[in-house]
Amino acid sequence: MIALLTRDLRLAIRAGGGFGLGLAFFLIVVVLVPFGVGPQGTLLARIAPGILWIGALLACLLSLDRIFALDWEDGSLDLLATAPLPMEGLVSVKALAHWLTTGLPLVLAAPGLGVLLNLPGPGYGWLVLSLALGTPALSVIGTFGAALTVGLKRGGLLLSLLVLPLYVPTLIFGAEVARRGADGLAVSTPLALLSGITCGTIALLPFASAAVLRVNLR
Amino acid sequence: MLSVADLAVARGGVPVLEGVSLSLDAGEALVLRGPNGIGKTTLLRAIAGLQPPLAGRVEAAPESRVYAGHADGIKAPLTVEENLRFWARVFGTNHISAALDAFRLRTLATRPAGALSAGQKRRLGLARLLVTGRPVWLLDEPTVSLDADSVALFAAAIRAHLAAGGAALMATHIDLGLAEARIMDVTACRAAPLAVDDFDGAFL
Repeated sequence: MIALLTRDLRLAIRAGGGFGLGLAFFLIVVVLVPFGVGPQGTLLARIAPGILWIGALLACLLSLDRIFALDWEDGSLDLLATAPLPMEGLVSVKALAHWLTTGLPLVLAAPGLGVLLNLPGPGYGWLVLSLALGTPALSVIGTFGAALTVGLKRGGLLLSLLVLPLYVPTLIFGAEVARRGADGLAVSTPLALLSGITCGTIALLPFASAAVLRVNLR
Repeated sequence: MLSVADLAVARGGVPVLEGVSLSLDAGEALVLRGPNGIGKTTLLRAIAGLQPPLAGRVEAAPESRVYAGHADGIKAPLTVEENLRFWARVFGTNHISAALDAFRLRTLATRPAGALSAGQKRRLGLARLLVTGRPVWLLDEPTVSLDADSVALFAAAIRAHLAAGGAALMATHIDLGLAEARIMDVTACRAAPLAVDDFDGAFL
C-alpha cells in the first residue's frame, strides 16, 4: 500500500500529473471574488469564510475524476484488483493520495488567500483547522464518486452532480467553524460535527467505494 | 493448481460460455482457442476473480493467480524500472533484475514507459508477471504486437516458468512453439442463447 501511495504521489508531481492544478484553480476563484464584489472590506470580511470553503470544495472537485480514470484506462485497476491488496485499502490509499496532492496544499494556501478577502484576524487559525479537518472528508467522498463513475466516458460531469450534494454537510459545518471563528464566537459544536463527518466518512465510505469498484470492474 | 468445474460466464448480462471444465497442474500450460467473441477474455477474467461466474466453481490456492489482460497497466510518466519495481512491491517481492533480463529490458530500464514502442510496452507488461512471483499465469492474447524474436523470448519465459513448477492458462491465436502445451477449443462450450421469457416476449 505504501508502494501504491508513493507511485500515486510520484505520478502526481511528474509531467501531466495535475499537481497544483487544484491549487491554481483555488487561487483564481478566490482572487476573482473581490473583483466581482467590489472593494468593500466589511462585506468581503463577512463572506470570506464561505468563499474560501466553496473555492476549496470546487478545487477538490476538479481533480476527482483522475483518481480512478487513469488507472482504469491503462488497465492498472484490473491488475491492482487481482493484486494482494484489499480493495478497501486500495480506495483508502487513493483517497489519501488525493488529499495529499490536492487537499493539503489548499489548507496551506488558505491563510494567504484569507488576506485577499480581508478575513478578520481571529479567523485564520479556525479557517486552517476547519479545512484541515474537512478536506479529508471531501477526498474520501470524492473517491466514492470516482469509483461510481469509473469506466464511463465523460464521467466527470456526472461525478460532479453525484458528489456535490454529498459535500453539503461538510461545507455547512466547515464554513460555520470558519465563520464563527472569524466572528469570535464559540466553535465547538460545528467543529465536533465536522470532525464527526470526517471520521464517519473515513471509516465507512471505503467499504462502499470498494463495493462499487468491484461492480464496475466486471 | 487450478481447477475449474462447470463454469458459466456472462459478458454484459449475456451468457457466453457454459460448462467449462479444466484443470492445470504444476508445469502445465493450456492454450484456449476459439473465434473472436466466444468469451475467452470473459472466461479468463472470471478465473482471475475479476467477475463472478454465473455458475460453477474456480478452485485455486489463495493469491496464486496473476492476470495479464489486453492493457498492460503501464504508467507513461514512470520509467520502465519504476513501473516494474512498483508491481514488485505491490506483490511483496523485490527482484526485478531477472524480469528485466528475461524480456531484454535492461537497456530500456531508465527510459520513461511512455516513450516505448507498442511491442516494448507489451514486453514490460509481460515482465510484470515475473516480478509477481505467482505460480498461475492467466494470459489474454499475450503476444499482441510482439515481433518474432520477442515471441521467442516470451515462449522461453513460459518454459522457464513451467519448469519452475508454475502453470499458465492463455488465450492466443498464434503458435508459440510450445509443444508441451495442451490446446482447448472453447467453441464447444458456447452458451445457449437466452430464452425469451414471457415478460420480454410481450415486447417482441
